[in-house]
Amino acid sequence: MSKDNEILEEFTSKEYEHGWSVDYEADEAPIGLTEDTIRWISSKKEEPKWLLDWRLKAFRHWETMEEPSWPNVSYPKIDYQALRYYSAPKQKSKPSNINEVDPELLKIYDRLGISLNEQKRLQGIAVDAVLDSVSVGTTFKDTLSKLGVIFCSFSEAVKEHPDLVKKYLGSVVPSTDNYFAALNSAVFSDGSFCYIPKGVRCPMELSTYFRINAANTGQFERTLIIAEDKSYVSYLEGCTAPQRDENQLHAAVVEIYAAENAQVKYSTVQNWYPGDKNGKGGIYNFVTKRGICAGNHSKISWTQVETGSAVTWKYPSCILKGDNSVGEFYSVAVTNNYQQADTGTKMIHIGKNTRSRIVSKGISAGKSQNSYRGQVQVMKRATNARNFSQCDSLLMGDRCGAHTFPYIDIHNSSAKVEHEATTSKIGEDQIFYCNQRGINSEDAVALIVNGYAKEVLNQLPMEFAVEAQKLLALTLEGSVG
Amino acid sequence: MTVSIKKDHKLADAFLSVTEGMQDLTLYSNLKKSAKDILADSGMPTLKNEEYKYTAISKRISDQITHLGTPSSISDLQHEVHARENLFQLEEGYTLVCNNGIFDERLSKIDPQVFQVESLKELKEEKAAQIGAVEKNESDPFTALNSLLFLDGLRIDIPEGKIIEKPLMLVNFVKPDQKGSCIHPRVFIHVGKNAQLTLIEQTIYLGEDPVFVNSVTEWMVGQNAHVRNYKLQNGHKNDLVVSNTRSEIHQDASFTSIVLSLEGGMIRNNLSLDLKASKCEGNMYGLYLLNGKTHVDNHTNVDHTKPHSESNELYKGILADQSRGVFNGKIFVRQDAQKTNAFQQNNNILLSEDATINTKPQLEIWADDVKCSHGCTTGQLDEEALFYLRARGIGKDAAKAFLLHAFAGEVLDQLKDEGFKEYCEKVVHARLGGNY
Repeated sequence: MSKDNEILEEFTSKEYEHGWSVDYEADEAPIGLTEDTIRWISSKKEEPKWLLDWRLKAFRHWETMEEPSWPNVSYPKIDYQALRYYSAPKQKSKPSNINEVDPELLKIYDRLGISLNEQKRLQGIAVDAVLDSVSVGTTFKDTLSKLGVIFCSFSEAVKEHPDLVKKYLGSVVPSTDNYFAALNSAVFSDGSFCYIPKGVRCPMELSTYFRINAANTGQFERTLIIAEDKSYVSYLEGCTAPQRDENQLHAAVVEIYAAENAQVKYSTVQNWYPGDKNGKGGIYNFVTKRGICAGNHSKISWTQVETGSAVTWKYPSCILKGDNSVGEFYSVAVTNNYQQADTGTKMIHIGKNTRSRIVSKGISAGKSQNSYRGQVQVMKRATNARNFSQCDSLLMGDRCGAHTFPYIDIHNSSAKVEHEATTSKIGEDQIFYCNQRGINSEDAVALIVNGYAKEVLNQLPMEFAVEAQKLLALTLEGSVG
Repeated sequence: MTVSIKKDHKLADAFLSVTEGMQDLTLYSNLKKSAKDILADSGMPTLKNEEYKYTAISKRISDQITHLGTPSSISDLQHEVHARENLFQLEEGYTLVCNNGIFDERLSKIDPQVFQVESLKELKEEKAAQIGAVEKNESDPFTALNSLLFLDGLRIDIPEGKIIEKPLMLVNFVKPDQKGSCIHPRVFIHVGKNAQLTLIEQTIYLGEDPVFVNSVTEWMVGQNAHVRNYKLQNGHKNDLVVSNTRSEIHQDASFTSIVLSLEGGMIRNNLSLDLKASKCEGNMYGLYLLNGKTHVDNHTNVDHTKPHSESNELYKGILADQSRGVFNGKIFVRQDAQKTNAFQQNNNILLSEDATINTKPQLEIWADDVKCSHGCTTGQLDEEALFYLRARGIGKDAAKAFLLHAFAGEVLDQLKDEGFKEYCEKVVHARLGGNY
């Protein structure tokens, strides 16, 4: 047992890899949050008046709201007036394509292993790189635009496709939805915008890579994905941040709209800085993600691998409005040291014959707390709705916690809803079995954890699956106990 | 939002004003004082309260109960008790009869040689001090309400090593009158070391006038003692029931609770098992068969504090018409409670378009070397099983009743007292064969 502990200990104490930061000249909003800050951001981005009004409305509502206290996490109170709400690297001129972007900035992404250089890419993945508050460049724009796919930064979309933005912005996550969504609506700086026209199957993975670099700055990005009839898109999101002693706030909003027969697959590998071994620093990740299957036969699938952040508060949800629509949620959440995660999903069945599937795998190590909080709601007219949920927790060490809060609300007698959850630890016998066959304990733990998370990792696109597997092993390094 | 909060402070205030002119129970003045402070401070729970999210019982009380006071005792109870003698096998075992929540020794059948029953008013000070020590006023506003307003109650002491083979039946006869429609029964049961007991609880409603019964039952189960607690809730469509039961279970002891909810207006059961020591066991079973507009809310809570303890939970429900079922099962495993085994299951069958079920099986685990699982399902009868039966010449309704009875049987099988089991099976059978 003590040997066991040692191995787990060693396995879970690996350092954060992306903890470096770079100094660059930045355009920054003054610290604090007032209506003037919002006007400042809006004018900086040369936004139309309707958007400014929309922001101000959200801000006024936000002021009346209270920070939610129901999640099973604790953190010191955030002083929203001590934060900076906008920070952007200064670029001499507006780059028209990725090759004109300041090479210094591109270097940051090279160092993260995300090459923005189109020629060098073997695999076709279009990347929108977001540094602090703004998008620094989007690759493969031309290739995509030939198909009619719009993939650009949010600010660009506001300028070039205002009708689309106006129509869909806030249609899935209203600006008054919750505390952090309202804050985001008021101060969001950039993000990705993606539009797949009718009948187009997007030929490459679209991807956004978020990086927080500046200190004391909150990152508030907003992603909007619109999939028209019979279209398909697979979207990836990755994120890292430098190692800093203060906590940083990340409050993003993601909206997905799927029309008839459309399919959207959204994958996240979240690797924000989780804080050090003693729980100092780290990102507060308060994110609202929601998709609506508006048309019949549409499908939205969320896959997330959550390894970073000091505190995570995130519930990617699906509103299954169209008949026969499908919602999926696959999640692996790993917490180590003093990390806290309260994550899960919401499946709202409104249309007939709607189906949803939830697979959540929590792994807690060190002194961390890992909670699954989910809701399955079957409305009255959702006949023949079907849900299957499974949430498993794996505990490594005796100082961590795993919690499950599933809410199941059923208003229709033809619904079939199943939920099951288990909590267990890695057995000594399992490790012993591997040891016997010449696998050392650390590899054995990695093997068992990967096997445990396989069901979710299988859902990720190939490049991400490899990264996610490595990340799992890294996060847990030193946690064998 | 603000309106409902206001309203329920109003209800709490209304209840507080009932205390004026009430006789003083100096023995419980501290308990009543703390209850008063809690109610004055927090009011009665609304839907905004997470624990009462689906059960608007405060609203139902405000709407339906006109007299918040306690009714006076029923005058011709003797007649009522005799009328029901056969029905509940009162002649077997021991019977404790309560008249609107007040213990009536004359009508009860007890044996002071076997166990001791005392009225709360007549307790010695050190025994009285234990009232409210297991189920604390802070744990639920309705517990505080009970503490504030109980006029009397009873305490049962099972001596060390006493194995009582015949069941003990606690029957509360309830009838509202001009003076009031709210009854707050309070029971404290201490089961000594190595003792064994089966307690059957029922409430008999005389008439169908709206009534609110808010009971608190506290159990202290000593080392290696074994308790089985059966509760039958079979009232009428105008009753509002809140039943708070908490059991403190010590080393090597076991406590098994079975709750059958068959009829009522709105029923809320709070059942908490505190597994205070190692190697103890808590079992919770429940069956709810609902029709009409009946609303049943089962909140259960098992708290594992020490290593090597075990808990099992199985709640099953069949919901018809516009009924609503709520299940919230919480398993709490503390850091010291290694090697805990905890299992929880909730299955529901919805028979009508308008029935609703809200279920929340919740696990909070702070120890790593545990086996915990929970499962919950909601669906209808298996079409294939129905077809199988019908292919063999069994009519549709009979086949349905067949399957439903099998579904419910899993809980009924946990009843170990033959006489009571037979009675319950009869009642359930009549319901399932009937209008579903």
